[in-house]
Amino acid sequence: MNSKFQIQNLNFYFNSEKVLKEINLEIPANKILGIIGPSGSGKTTFLRSLNRMNDFEITSRIEGKILLDGKDIYNSDFDVVALRKKVGMVFAMPVALPMSIYENVVYGPKLDGINDKNKLSELVEKSLSAAYLWDEVKDRLKTSGMRLSGGQQQRLCLARVLAMEPDVILLDEPCSGLDPISTAKIEDALAQLKKEYTIILVTNNTKQAARVADNTAFFLMGEMIEVGVTKQIFTSPQKSETNDYITGRFG
Amino acid sequence: MRIHPRYIQRGAVAILGSATLLTILILIFIIFFVLEKGLPVISLHFLTDNPEDMGKAGGIFPTLIGTILLPLLALIIASPLGIFTSVYLSEFTKENNVTKIIRFGTDCLAGIPSIIFGLFGYIFFVVTLGFGWSILSGGLTLAVMVLPTIIRTSEEAIRAVPKSYREVSFSLGASRWQTVKKVILPNALPGIVTGVMLSIGRSIGETAAVIFTAGSSLRIPTSVFDSTRTMAVHFYILAREGISAENAYGTAATLIIAVLLVNLSAYWLMNRFIAKRN
Repeated sequence: MNSKFQIQNLNFYFNSEKVLKEINLEIPANKILGIIGPSGSGKTTFLRSLNRMNDFEITSRIEGKILLDGKDIYNSDFDVVALRKKVGMVFAMPVALPMSIYENVVYGPKLDGINDKNKLSELVEKSLSAAYLWDEVKDRLKTSGMRLSGGQQQRLCLARVLAMEPDVILLDEPCSGLDPISTAKIEDALAQLKKEYTIILVTNNTKQAARVADNTAFFLMGEMIEVGVTKQIFTSPQKSETNDYITGRFG
Repeated sequence: MRIHPRYIQRGAVAILGSATLLTILILIFIIFFVLEKGLPVISLHFLTDNPEDMGKAGGIFPTLIGTILLPLLALIIASPLGIFTSVYLSEFTKENNVTKIIRFGTDCLAGIPSIIFGLFGYIFFVVTLGFGWSILSGGLTLAVMVLPTIIRTSEEAIRAVPKSYREVSFSLGASRWQTVKKVILPNALPGIVTGVMLSIGRSIGETAAVIFTAGSSLRIPTSVFDSTRTMAVHFYILAREGISAENAYGTAATLIIAVLLVNLSAYWLMNRFIAKRN
């Protein structure tokens, strides 16, 4: 098995509160890892530690190691900007930057110094198509991204990440505010994308994990209770907490 | 007895509405009062002629020049300084005691009476640095005076940019500076412009700080080391020394119209910028 991320003895604190406890996890490449668990279980914090978005929380502190392709991303000489280009993120709230659809998609590539018009247009079409949005917006790329519906904006966010051509895509409850049709489109896109990318999907919707994830991890109160092949987690979980959660006894 | 919320709401709306109406009426009254007395005085000659007999007769041309140059110089110095400072404070420092003290200091500075800045400008720019009563001394003093306003309004505008925009930008591999340039400044611009406009208004209308530092010469300046007189100072001298009430109102009306024009054109430019982006 080819590991993209290796998480070793990860502890995470906000002030003195321990929000992640002794997490050990290998995340295989070109697979979708679903992370489920009730709110407040540390799923989002865990996800945000993978591209160091927690760095902005002044009071946060981390222990342990997170290796990306064998390199510790919290090592002082690791380039954070390069990390975020390699590990893209789609947030729970769809946020189109207040600029055109086109400019939203090329935001990352332009930062990278790509200015060739043809190359950018190509990237825009490729990324929007992969996010299942191209047909809906191809005639109005110059209009503001903020005019799109929530579901469209979230696919725009996905396209924006894809345009950076990352290795890994982190998704933090990307469908929490979306209607079933938009959700289905995003799930279809993810199923296609895993051929090229490693995908980590945090979701409050256990059914979504069951539908799209290859592997599923269950988080509870900052601990990773169990991880395994999705089918096994949902049909014969090893731990009683997992069973209680997926059968809807709490959460 | 319990009063029905509907009646309480009506009462509240009545109070809020009357307060708004009163404010607007007072403003309109002041503007009309000045314009009524001043507009008949304004003519092409009034605007383009040199004053005669200390301003009793003739026009106000040199004071127009002074009114344009002083705030312009203040703006050229204070805007970049103020905006850069606010960007640094809000985006590149973590909130700690030092930033709190700086913020408290700027708040205090913003509340200091302008005559104190005039005195400082006189001692520091006019005397110590030897710039004399000049456009340079006046412009620098005004710049120091409006700096706190620009810093605080820009900072508020920058803080009002949603945190999610920053997160998205960082997550797409932007550095802090790239985020500032591409996302924060464009979105904070309306607020920043408002602060700068307020500052222009304050510098155009300033008298105390200007008399002490730029003097009140009625000659047309030929360099930044020449003394000059602004419209506000001219108005003050005409009225205070009883030279000509008529020309004082003419000057005041010109001043009001000038401020109005500056504001209108700034908002027009800003709206065009915003429309272009969306």
